Amino acid sequence: MKSSILQTATNYLLPLLLLFSVFILLRGHYLPGGGFVGGLIAATAFVLHMFAHSVRHTRKLLRIHPGYLMPIGLSLAILSGFAPKIISGLPFLTGIWFPEPIPVIGMIGSALFFDTGVYLVVVGVSLTILFTISEGT
Amino acid sequence: MSVYDYLYFIILPVLALSALLIFIRFLIGPSLSDRVVALDLLITTGIGMIAIYSIITDQPTFLDIAMILGLIAFLGTVAFAYYIEKKKRK
Repeated sequence: MKSSILQTATNYLLPLLLLFSVFILLRGHYLPGGGFVGGLIAATAFVLHMFAHSVRHTRKLLRIHPGYLMPIGLSLAILSGFAPKIISGLPFLTGIWFPEPIPVIGMIGSALFFDTGVYLVVVGVSLTILFTISEGT
Repeated sequence: MSVYDYLYFIILPVLALSALLIFIRFLIGPSLSDRVVALDLLITTGIGMIAIYSIITDQPTFLDIAMILGLIAFLGTVAFAYYIEKKKRK
């Protein structure tokens, strides 16, 4: 399907949707949002690009195979779980926080890194599934 | 008559009635394209309802859900169009 309207719109929508997904990811500790929804929105952005162009173009845009995002995200989540045990001897998955909030992002703690790991796993899983399906047909 | 009465007693029943009519079209729709358009319109009506509940309950967070729902409706319609065209070409 070659539609230049959809292709031009997608080129502008992709960065906006990725920005929105990062916003949802960072907001997720106290308000609705979080790693899972943010990852789904990021995957939706790439799927829209895949429909407008082709699977080959989207793979070139991603640079790495989306399957590699799953182990990266899982190891990030595991490390954020073990961080309080290594740093201050607290139990596994205790939330530790930096004392000062950082502008724009807000308070940074181990929960943010756990959510980022979930985000990467969700992007990797959904993109692997959808690329495989659309290459199979 | 305040704005809230207007939303409760006029806008929401009109939206519910239109959702019912669209759902009837979704069930009886003779071709696949009719059903795809009905599904898109159903989600758009849902977005309108979410926006009204967001005004009534004074919760701006609901509007983000409406935004994501609009995105998914657009993506679904594009995907259906893509596969209908692919099927026709075979």
